[in-house]
Amino acid sequence: MIRPDLICPAGTPAALRTAVDAGADAVYCGFRNATNARNFPGLNFTREELGISIAYAHERGAKVLLTLNTYPPAGKVDLWQEAADTAVALGIDALIVADMGVAHYVAARHPDVRLHLSVQAAASNPESIRYYCDHFGVKRVVLPRILTVAEIKPIAEAIPCEIETFIFGNHGLMVEGRCSLTNYVTGQSTNLDGVCSPASDVDYRKEPGGAVASCLSGSVIDRFGADEMAGYPTICKGRYTAPHRPDGYYAFEEPVSLNLARMLPDLIHAGVHAFKIEGRQRSKSYVRSVVSAFRTAIDEVMAGRPPNIADLVSLTEGQKQTQGAFESKKWR
Amino acid sequence: MLMPAHGDTAQQARPFSILAQAVAGRVLDPLLMRTIRRLADKHRSIFDRLGPHVRSSFIIDPVEFPFVLHLVANPEALTFRTVPRDALPLHDALIRGRFRTLFDLVDAGADGDASFFSRDLEILGNTDAVVTLRNALDDIDGSIAADTADLFGPPGRMALAMVRRRGLAGAGKAAR
Repeated sequence: MIRPDLICPAGTPAALRTAVDAGADAVYCGFRNATNARNFPGLNFTREELGISIAYAHERGAKVLLTLNTYPPAGKVDLWQEAADTAVALGIDALIVADMGVAHYVAARHPDVRLHLSVQAAASNPESIRYYCDHFGVKRVVLPRILTVAEIKPIAEAIPCEIETFIFGNHGLMVEGRCSLTNYVTGQSTNLDGVCSPASDVDYRKEPGGAVASCLSGSVIDRFGADEMAGYPTICKGRYTAPHRPDGYYAFEEPVSLNLARMLPDLIHAGVHAFKIEGRQRSKSYVRSVVSAFRTAIDEVMAGRPPNIADLVSLTEGQKQTQGAFESKKWR
Repeated sequence: MLMPAHGDTAQQARPFSILAQAVAGRVLDPLLMRTIRRLADKHRSIFDRLGPHVRSSFIIDPVEFPFVLHLVANPEALTFRTVPRDALPLHDALIRGRFRTLFDLVDAGADGDASFFSRDLEILGNTDAVVTLRNALDDIDGSIAADTADLFGPPGRMALAMVRRRGLAGAGKAAR
């Protein structure tokens, strides 16, 4: 049985140290620019911070992966190439890419560096995954969150690289790497600029009775009643009215987080090599709680014991969790 | 965009709160300034992470208290003081919650997104400024609350232990 790696998020050097100390096998993080899909204000790493963080992780037996998983617009590829060169010079353990041009650059310039294919590439079938392996030497694919466990197993058997799956966190999946909803409303792109619902475009308006309206670029995308849980201010989690649904409904997805704690044994048996926790935008407190919980759960599964699964619902979006498409295609 | 001076007043001032504000200003303001100066000296990287929001003005509103806190994390002109809830200065953003929620956030014991999801934390005004502040403060090893307690030696650490054990939510209620 494969012993899966636990891949953990870090938005700051302090979060990275927290993840390593809590038992992460590897931590993923990004630079302070558009080269990664969590290009949020006050978040991410400078060159100096990444170098110090890599040293901290390596001294404790953990790896550091760089998220380089946005798509360079025409004429701006230099930023992505510089990020790759810098990270390699600092001793990064792998680069997580989505764009073929970036993958080609890394494969040609740094052939000895591990390439992981980001979920943003949305490679969900053996033919597509093999293409990245054959042409760019990809060693691991992060699968889109649209496959059942039953579908993952034959993919694992048919491809020449490792599989990584998300097991916890934000569940805003859409067609990953191809979502243009934020771009439609704000003019900024998740895939090109690395920001989904940029904070500068978000505001919350208090309404009579304790309700709060969640607004993006001036458009109300949801309204939480006084006693309702809230979610992220993303269009895909918004509530909308339509002629047949005058009261407003979640047209795309609901505010809910993925939690596959109970499916860990099934995923391991399906051939998954690495489990990923989402949340580079979250706090050290989140990182400590979630990484510790899954470290314990994975270790128990590997020891042949039923996993003791900590209750993480208080950290989930909308205080709700789901096994999503991993359990059934009917999840939505 | 600056929010108006009156801001969003969750509670109107009462005679008792006016007195409490006067006492709080006299007693707490020097302590708050000492705290923010020491934290700023110890964690200079905060200012780098704050970027353009280093001059942003924040109102932090523990709802049980008879006053709110005014913060400007500008190294050239640090501000951290109590102000009356019904006379807010111009500010960019307001962060509101029960004392326990706000304390847990600065004690690295809670997650800001989770507190927002559960509606324990309310954000008004410039969301970009709030997110930046949250991320800047989170890049501190340990806890801001613990750093603050250390400033006051054993009594500070004893007070921190007490707050961690029991919280001051009840005490805050009593103060109203």
